[in-house]
Amino acid sequence: MTGLDPEAKQQRTFNCSMATTTGLESLVDQIISVITNDGRNIVGVLKGFDQATNIILDESHERVFSTKEGVQQHVLGLYIIRGDNIGVIGELDEELDASLDFSKLRAHPLKPVVH
Amino acid sequence: MLFFSYFKDLVGQEVTVELKNDLAIRGTLHSVDQYLNIKLENTRVVDQDKFPHMLSVRNCFIRGSVVRYVQLPPDGVDVDLLHDAARREARGA
Repeated sequence: MTGLDPEAKQQRTFNCSMATTTGLESLVDQIISVITNDGRNIVGVLKGFDQATNIILDESHERVFSTKEGVQQHVLGLYIIRGDNIGVIGELDEELDASLDFSKLRAHPLKPVVH
Repeated sequence: MLFFSYFKDLVGQEVTVELKNDLAIRGTLHSVDQYLNIKLENTRVVDQDKFPHMLSVRNCFIRGSVVRYVQLPPDGVDVDLLHDAARREARGA
């Protein structure tokens, strides 16, 4: 069983205190990619959040994927997205993102979340 | 509380989280909270050709409400311990 030896146990205790709050604090003022429950992908700068995962997104735009043409970007501006509707919040790696050729990407739009 | 404690012990392990929109994300479990929201590091999407939507994302926060499965390494789980804990929890301890 993992974590029986004293060293691992100490490590585990340390991990426990670190692992109990998955705050979005570390992502504030960073560019994030949000996947919403209706299957949309919205990219923007995280300005604020709360316990219900409601978020404030600045300079946001929606990335629309399709199988027929490259990725389209619709500018949205300052948005509040309700936590109920949020699936994933990803930290966007700007270097990686810049290396992508969006005009070549083809994909089916994401499916909506079914509970 | 049981699964919250259980996931805290799994921090550092490689897991695959399958979401309710069929997206599957593999990564290292970084942290978990009382809502079973999951933070993964070093993420990659399982079927990258089908889901290029997260190609430039390496760390992500997954809302607990949208998780369908969390796939764990079979040797990362002590099934008997979990079984005992679940029995105690069910008994109302």
